[in-house]
Amino acid sequence: MNAQVLFGQLLIGLINGSFYAMMSLGLALIFGLLGIANIAQGAFYMMGAFFTWMLLRWFNVGYFAALALVPIAIGVIGMAIERLLLARIYKLDHMYGLLLTFGILMLVQGLFVWLFATAGRPYPAPAALSGGFDLGFMFLPKYRVWVVFASLAFCLATWLVIEKTPLGRTLRAATENPMLTRAFGVNVPALMTFGFGVGVALAGAAGLLAAPIYSVSPIMGGDLIIVVFAVVVIGGMGSILGSIVTSLVLGLLEGATRVVYPQGANMVIFVIMIAVLLVRPAGLFGRER
Amino acid sequence: MADPVSLSLHDVHGFYGESHVLHGLSLDVVRGEAVSIIGRNGAGKTTMMRAIMGLLERRSGSIIVKGVETIVAAPERIARLGVGYVPEDRGIYSSLDVTENLLLPPRVGDDCMSLVDIYRLFPNLEERRRSQGTRLSGGEQQMLAIARVLRTGADLFLLDEPTEGLAPVIVQRICAAIVGMKEKGHTIVLVEQNVDVAAHIADRHYIMEHGRIIDLITRSELDARSDRLKSALGI
Repeated sequence: MNAQVLFGQLLIGLINGSFYAMMSLGLALIFGLLGIANIAQGAFYMMGAFFTWMLLRWFNVGYFAALALVPIAIGVIGMAIERLLLARIYKLDHMYGLLLTFGILMLVQGLFVWLFATAGRPYPAPAALSGGFDLGFMFLPKYRVWVVFASLAFCLATWLVIEKTPLGRTLRAATENPMLTRAFGVNVPALMTFGFGVGVALAGAAGLLAAPIYSVSPIMGGDLIIVVFAVVVIGGMGSILGSIVTSLVLGLLEGATRVVYPQGANMVIFVIMIAVLLVRPAGLFGRER
Repeated sequence: MADPVSLSLHDVHGFYGESHVLHGLSLDVVRGEAVSIIGRNGAGKTTMMRAIMGLLERRSGSIIVKGVETIVAAPERIARLGVGYVPEDRGIYSSLDVTENLLLPPRVGDDCMSLVDIYRLFPNLEERRRSQGTRLSGGEQQMLAIARVLRTGADLFLLDEPTEGLAPVIVQRICAAIVGMKEKGHTIVLVEQNVDVAAHIADRHYIMEHGRIIDLITRSELDARSDRLKSALGI
């Protein structure tokens, strides 16, 4: 077997895994706090990539400024959608959340197809992160190294906030027992709005990181979210670190499969999902509810 | 001088889904006094506490907390009037350790106990401050539930069966803590099945049956009417 091909695919796998990690972390945060399986996460990812592209193309605002602006913009849009739409359905069955966010995904995706058509648009990696390192057995592009570290940094920062800060303490309490937490004087509805904003901002940041790697297109999020849902089902909703590790391992496994048995690469995650569902329905790190 | 009535319920009706649990409940609690709510299981005592905290899906009538009508208020707003709630199941969070459980509720009043004061009152909690909240013993969980609202500076406390299922020596410590709260001038509404505990703490005892208050026994009448109290509990 060609080592260069193997390492090349494993690197792609690691990068995909990094995106899965940011996406599934946002999903887990939102599901814990709001009880909504947010399929629209794919739309926020796509908008994150598009906003990055628009900033450069229309306003000549570069990558690093976008790194600060795009997650905030996506978070604000998310909070508006939570207040206007999601807040109305919390008392209904989980299925309504799935349907509503699926509708939002279709609507946003349709809007962008209408405005920009489905063809991908290239986005150049910033100059500081172009080029790469020749490791002898393979060429390692700088930007891909950056993506892996940046996404891990986003994930670890989120984990630190949730586990180690007063805000995170309140978030965990509101996730475990929202009504009691309100009875202690915590404004849980406002916290849910904020949590949704943070969850979708993670997806927006993932979209931004993805823009120079994949071409920016209206359908990029819809394709990704299906795989991410499978990743979340495999990892379970119980642990943040668990979902990060699951995401990276599954990304690598997908890359390895592409070398050994390319035809199976697109379905290996789903095969694992079926196996996990049979053995541990709550997922590898999940707790039975 | 603020309103002397700390809590006033008038013709309160409360529902769990379709079932009508509170049937026109009325009572008043004066600032600085301790009242107990006595009644059999299913009389609606816990539902009354949840109604005061705004935790019922549907309630009607009038609930005035420190002069503010709260019948349509959200739970967080009621808590911020200075109400400290110790629920029947103690409400300890398993995803938080002991210190995090203590620090969770925001300040709602001025007269707050510091962590140091709380650890002096309940030394067990300091020893176990890094333990997951739900790994504590029942007695420690109850201490934690009480300590948690003492830290917030609340001065109206709703305590739902704080001694239920605890060993006598723990019951004594919980009782001492509640008496200490009363001595500080705090107002206490105590749901209690243990007549001795209720008699020790409360100035007045409301007897509750089928979601209504049917009788009131004051401390001075207690000796003469202790049979009434016991029959209300089915003893």
